[in-house]
Amino acid sequence: MTLARRRFDTLIIGAGGGGLRAALQLAQADARVAVVSKVFPTRSHTVAAQGGVNAALANVLPDNWHWHMFDTVKGSDYLGDQDAIEYMCRAAPRVVYELEHFGVPFSRLESGRIYQRAFGGQSRDFGGEQAVRTCAAADRTGHAILHSLYQQNIRARTHFFDEYFAIDLVKDDEGYFLGALAVDIASGEPLLIEAKTTILATGGAGQLFRTNTNALINTGDGMAMALRAGIPLQDMEFFQFHPTGIAGKGMLITEGARGEGGYLVNADGERFMERYAPNARDLASRDVVSRAIATEVREGRGVGPNRDHVLLKLDHLGADIVRKRLPGIRDMALTFLHIDPAETPIPVYPTAHYTMGGIPTDRHGQVVVPVAQGAEEPVPGLYAVGECACVSVHGANRLGGNSLLDILVFGRAAANHVIAQLGEQRYHRQMPERAAEPALARLARWERPGQGESVGALRDELARVMEDHCGVFRNEDVLREGLDKVRTLRERLQRAGIDDHSRVFNTARMEALELENLMDIAVATVTSALARTESRGAHSRIDYPERDDQRWLRHSLYNGADGSMDYKPVRMKPLTVETFPPKPRTY
Amino acid sequence: MKFSIYRYDPDQDDKPYMRDYVLDDARIEPGMMLLDALLLLKAQDETLSFRRSCGEGVCGSDGMNINGRNGLACVTPLKNLAQPVKLRPLPGLPVIRDLVVDLAQFYSQYRAARPWLINDEPCPEVERLQTPAERERLDGLYECILCACCSTACPSFWWNPDKFLGPAALLQSWRFLADSRDRATEERLDGLEGPFRLFRCHTIMNCVDVCPKGLNPTRAIGHIKELMVKRSL
Repeated sequence: MTLARRRFDTLIIGAGGGGLRAALQLAQADARVAVVSKVFPTRSHTVAAQGGVNAALANVLPDNWHWHMFDTVKGSDYLGDQDAIEYMCRAAPRVVYELEHFGVPFSRLESGRIYQRAFGGQSRDFGGEQAVRTCAAADRTGHAILHSLYQQNIRARTHFFDEYFAIDLVKDDEGYFLGALAVDIASGEPLLIEAKTTILATGGAGQLFRTNTNALINTGDGMAMALRAGIPLQDMEFFQFHPTGIAGKGMLITEGARGEGGYLVNADGERFMERYAPNARDLASRDVVSRAIATEVREGRGVGPNRDHVLLKLDHLGADIVRKRLPGIRDMALTFLHIDPAETPIPVYPTAHYTMGGIPTDRHGQVVVPVAQGAEEPVPGLYAVGECACVSVHGANRLGGNSLLDILVFGRAAANHVIAQLGEQRYHRQMPERAAEPALARLARWERPGQGESVGALRDELARVMEDHCGVFRNEDVLREGLDKVRTLRERLQRAGIDDHSRVFNTARMEALELENLMDIAVATVTSALARTESRGAHSRIDYPERDDQRWLRHSLYNGADGSMDYKPVRMKPLTVETFPPKPRTY
Repeated sequence: MKFSIYRYDPDQDDKPYMRDYVLDDARIEPGMMLLDALLLLKAQDETLSFRRSCGEGVCGSDGMNINGRNGLACVTPLKNLAQPVKLRPLPGLPVIRDLVVDLAQFYSQYRAARPWLINDEPCPEVERLQTPAERERLDGLYECILCACCSTACPSFWWNPDKFLGPAALLQSWRFLADSRDRATEERLDGLEGPFRLFRCHTIMNCVDVCPKGLNPTRAIGHIKELMVKRSL
């Protein structure tokens, strides 16, 4: 049987905001662009983003990109690359205005301009009073953006391969990336997509953890594909726990709830954030608020029969604000908790939310790897944007409202870089005869009759191990044990089997392939966390409670081939302004 | 808890059939949704196929027919469901496998509604202005998640899925007609002329009844009809 093939200038894997923003830019430049997505594009997880996108529009209070840059550098606990952060914050107003022109139904101020709300970690004048920087469409900003981007892509005639699952990247012996092998989920048929450039936009890996705010599709497929292709993963120890997931269930309650004036209380009814962050209080950075909640609970001030959560109070805001500004979380609370947050506080607990680490790229979205012992160089033909990438603009802790910004700015930047490259590369490189064989073998492996353990049971076990061993607080012993456990689970998966061998819409096979991806990322995450013997941003080591800039102001690189760690310097020099040197971080 | 679920795998089965499942009551927790139960059943029988993603009613993946009524599994509480819980694919569309339907026709009608902002005036350096009142007209329209529950509950769409746009696509038509920034009213209305595309709606209102987001496509269709009438006068 011959393998079906298609050819495009650019292949984008993933149809969330990053992939669709890149696709739109390319389609408008008349490039032949294909988007492969394992779900119909508007099912991508960008749809669940609630609170908004940061841009210093100054629609409500004075603001400028340089203040936004300071907040982002500080929020990253100084691990973010300052050139990329400057680029992102400068580009932010422009990409938001573009979205408005695309039709995004932003909420509006009386002036008719885009509505902005306060969010965590935002300040005016380099650490002064609270800024108001997050552009919002009620609390459904991700939905509004994703749908508008999809709509603009249909208009621009982007070619979509909906419900195609990408198996692996394909490259030649010289290391050029030539596309990917995907499988049509409906028919089970493999398809080799050849492309001059490939952009990974596959999102994060929140399914690593048992309780998470993420969609079930967030299995880190692109990161794992990169690892298998010999690309290291950067800063994987930094996983964000969102302070306000619905306790025990995980659904996200936007930071915008606190931005609109909500606050957290413990069992004593105390507004405890005042003790942890005297100035910013409930709008401190996410890592700070999550640690505070976890500490309150550990010290016995949790709420509920098991004293295992705290409460998010919104009832003082009045029904009108809640209905108008937070209609989505009101629906969610009514649906899942049978409470109206305008009357009853919401039980919340820190919940796995966002993968700060990922595939190392420069600020053009080009995947970069260290060459021998020298400086890093772009990998020919491969880009990554959004949550699967690590530019790094989020460093050790992402600010709320910066992830929608990240996908838009770098989706666009990567596309622009690709467009320039396409001008110089008129022809596809020759695809070697057997280039797709490893990917085909990966697919065929799950056709073996199933006798081993079940994939679902292993997935549940992995999520529990990650939660127990790689959570908000970490230490050497717990991490070491966790690493043994995830390695063992990864080996057990090699002996697992599935019962479904139908070609048609085989979700069991897809879930097995997804779990393989998660296993590799779990090992990367725990290995990186064990190696970093300091506390920075979201990575809190009880045994090393201080930040150690002397030894650890550097990015981690995890190598998939041998599980070893490597490091590279943080890019401290911005593009045009002065460096923000590391300072003690208080809110 | 008892379930009866539509099964069909064209790779193995000659024809569809209903298969019974039992979920141990000990595994059912208070507040559980139908999707949670389906995931547990899939752990028992991994050949059971259905779409799912966000688990909180925003992505629109898990639309299905639940005890005769279309809805999203992830926001349907288990405790309200009569047993055995009968699960079938969304009606009126070709079945790919089990609870997975082929949505090609649904998406093609969505595209036919030209669901994007049309405004060829030069873009300002900043945002276009829109008053809060103008923006409020989009509430109840832009929130659609394309789950297809409405269109596949609509008898007019069952009969003419290739000619009638259906409630989901028409809701989008009105979402752009109602947008103060859009400049394509005339051409949008032209595109809806004829006996089928818009006028097959007979206000049966199944769409309103089933919409998991509480949206009202029938009202949107009514607004479009009013515009049509106004312009013909």
